[in-house]
Amino acid sequence: MAISLPTISTLRRFALGLCLAMLGSAAVAQEAGISGPIEGDVIGGISNPTAIAVPDMPTPRAVDTPAGNTADLGRQVARVIEDNLRNSGFFNPVERQFLRDVDMPQVTAPDYPAWSQVGAQNLVQGYVQAGSNGRLTVGCYLYDVFAQAPLERAGYEVDYADWRRAAHRCADMVYARLTGEGAYFDSRIVYVAESGPKDNRVRRIAVMDTDGANHRFLTNGQSIVLTPRFAPDGRTITYMSYLNDEPRVYIYDVESGRQRLLVNAPYMTFAPRYSPDSRYVVFSMAVNGNSDIYRVAVSGGQPVRLTNTPGIDTSASYSPDGRRIVFESDRSGGQQLYVMNADGSNQRRISFGGGRYATPEWSPRGNLIAFTRLGGGFRIGVMRPDGSGERILTNSWQDEGPSWAPNGRVIHFFRTPRGNALPTLWSVDVTGRMIRRLPTPVGASDPSWSPLRN
Amino acid sequence: MTQFSRTAIFLAAGSALALGACSREAPDDLPPPPVGTTTPDTGPTGPTGPAPGSRADFLAQAASDTIFFETDSYDIDPEDRAILDSQAAWLLANPSVRVTIEGHCDERGTREYNLALGERRANAAANYLSARGVDASRMTVISYGKERPVALGSDPASWAQNRRAVTVVPIG
Repeated sequence: MAISLPTISTLRRFALGLCLAMLGSAAVAQEAGISGPIEGDVIGGISNPTAIAVPDMPTPRAVDTPAGNTADLGRQVARVIEDNLRNSGFFNPVERQFLRDVDMPQVTAPDYPAWSQVGAQNLVQGYVQAGSNGRLTVGCYLYDVFAQAPLERAGYEVDYADWRRAAHRCADMVYARLTGEGAYFDSRIVYVAESGPKDNRVRRIAVMDTDGANHRFLTNGQSIVLTPRFAPDGRTITYMSYLNDEPRVYIYDVESGRQRLLVNAPYMTFAPRYSPDSRYVVFSMAVNGNSDIYRVAVSGGQPVRLTNTPGIDTSASYSPDGRRIVFESDRSGGQQLYVMNADGSNQRRISFGGGRYATPEWSPRGNLIAFTRLGGGFRIGVMRPDGSGERILTNSWQDEGPSWAPNGRVIHFFRTPRGNALPTLWSVDVTGRMIRRLPTPVGASDPSWSPLRN
Repeated sequence: MTQFSRTAIFLAAGSALALGACSREAPDDLPPPPVGTTTPDTGPTGPTGPAPGSRADFLAQAASDTIFFETDSYDIDPEDRAILDSQAAWLLANPSVRVTIEGHCDERGTREYNLALGERRANAAANYLSARGVDASRMTVISYGKERPVALGSDPASWAQNRRAVTVVPIG
């Protein structure tokens, strides 16, 4: 799945307008498995998003590929890039009616005055080319329209089935270059798909691209499944299943599709999360009414107990350097957040506000901890690891279960309405200004973001 | 290895604590278990009634299969004790029956915490039954957290119905 970038000389040849050998491939119908994007709405947003134009990408030669004709792919790649940038909240794409056709020579020599005339501050152009090696190349060029200068360019070579990933990586390049934040579009989300009435709900583990495409179910819904988490290396997913009416933590291998029990114990195990190096899982085990936090190797073995207090200790999450763990405990009465060293030593409370604090997750940047605050309703908030600087980001009846994007800038969570309606997935940025619903085919809860794919 | 032996020790300590809490009220003061106050919903009983040891028999003989809890609590109150006493009497009269005790929560807690809270509730019921002489090896506890409510509303009456522990006798 690794993507090798075309050499600079390849891109230079393109800059000179030299389109090299392209072998026509047999016409193949578009794969049914490739699903399109799902539309979403941005609610709110930053006050002054950047106007950016993403015109359709030309192809040096229209060729049928397993993913469709390269001329169509050029249009679709541009739309995926545009949707990603819009949904980030940082960009205001120029409306399609004002977009101009771009031919191959213009990809590297933009008509700056024309783009300036439609109000574009930045311009993303590119091309889509079927390669002789059975793969697809997408060239991606970012320009500053006001300064009339190129800013950055990159090329992505992918299998045809992964054409959307080339678009995501182009959008990631643009996003990172213009915002100064880390990339996050080329990633996936694992979550609990929910359907049916509240008293007989069917729950399935599902994965999808960050924009909702390439959706698939990993479990069949016969057993209740909860709290899936992507391993930082992207290879496995840990979750809790009620298989055989025994609620236990499992490890799911993404490539083989096989699952195995993490810990063989006669007690409920739950609330699993990986260590940053993907070698360990922290989880809770409930023994006769007392839940404590343990650590075990992903490969199995003997768990090591990290907390030892009467009460409920759960929802453990590692710091990105792997040296500390944040968790929730009701040892002082209600649920509050605590931080301890990774070996369980030096446990200290960090949350002291009114109400209760739950489900902490440490940011991949290390600078913030996201949590659910309970009191009146459930709200998503962030605080620094020492408990200072608390900010509440959402306001609804039940917002729960924050999960960080790989760039530590955006948080996913799930929102449960009153009554019998299904929960939904949402994202909010760390400022709380950009909140957006993530469309899913059915109800959805417990989102967990994968690492950036590479 | 040492971890699990410590766990076992804590399990024993936890049981002792639970028993201690339950023994605040002397057994002699407990009201006699009501018998036959619940009509089985599994159809007409016929001249001989439900088969002994069956779920229908349990529902007919025990005051209820369900006890209820206060918000974020797993305390067993006097009303719960009366119900559990009637369940214990039936279980002692049907010593070959194994049961599952389900712990449930209302929706006003986070998912992972509620899994733990439901486990507390199921254990509170199991520990009480154990103190009344029911062999612990006959009882399996399972928590469903807030994932299996019986009342679908988001109101105090619904929440009260969902904060529960249910003693489930196998069908047949």
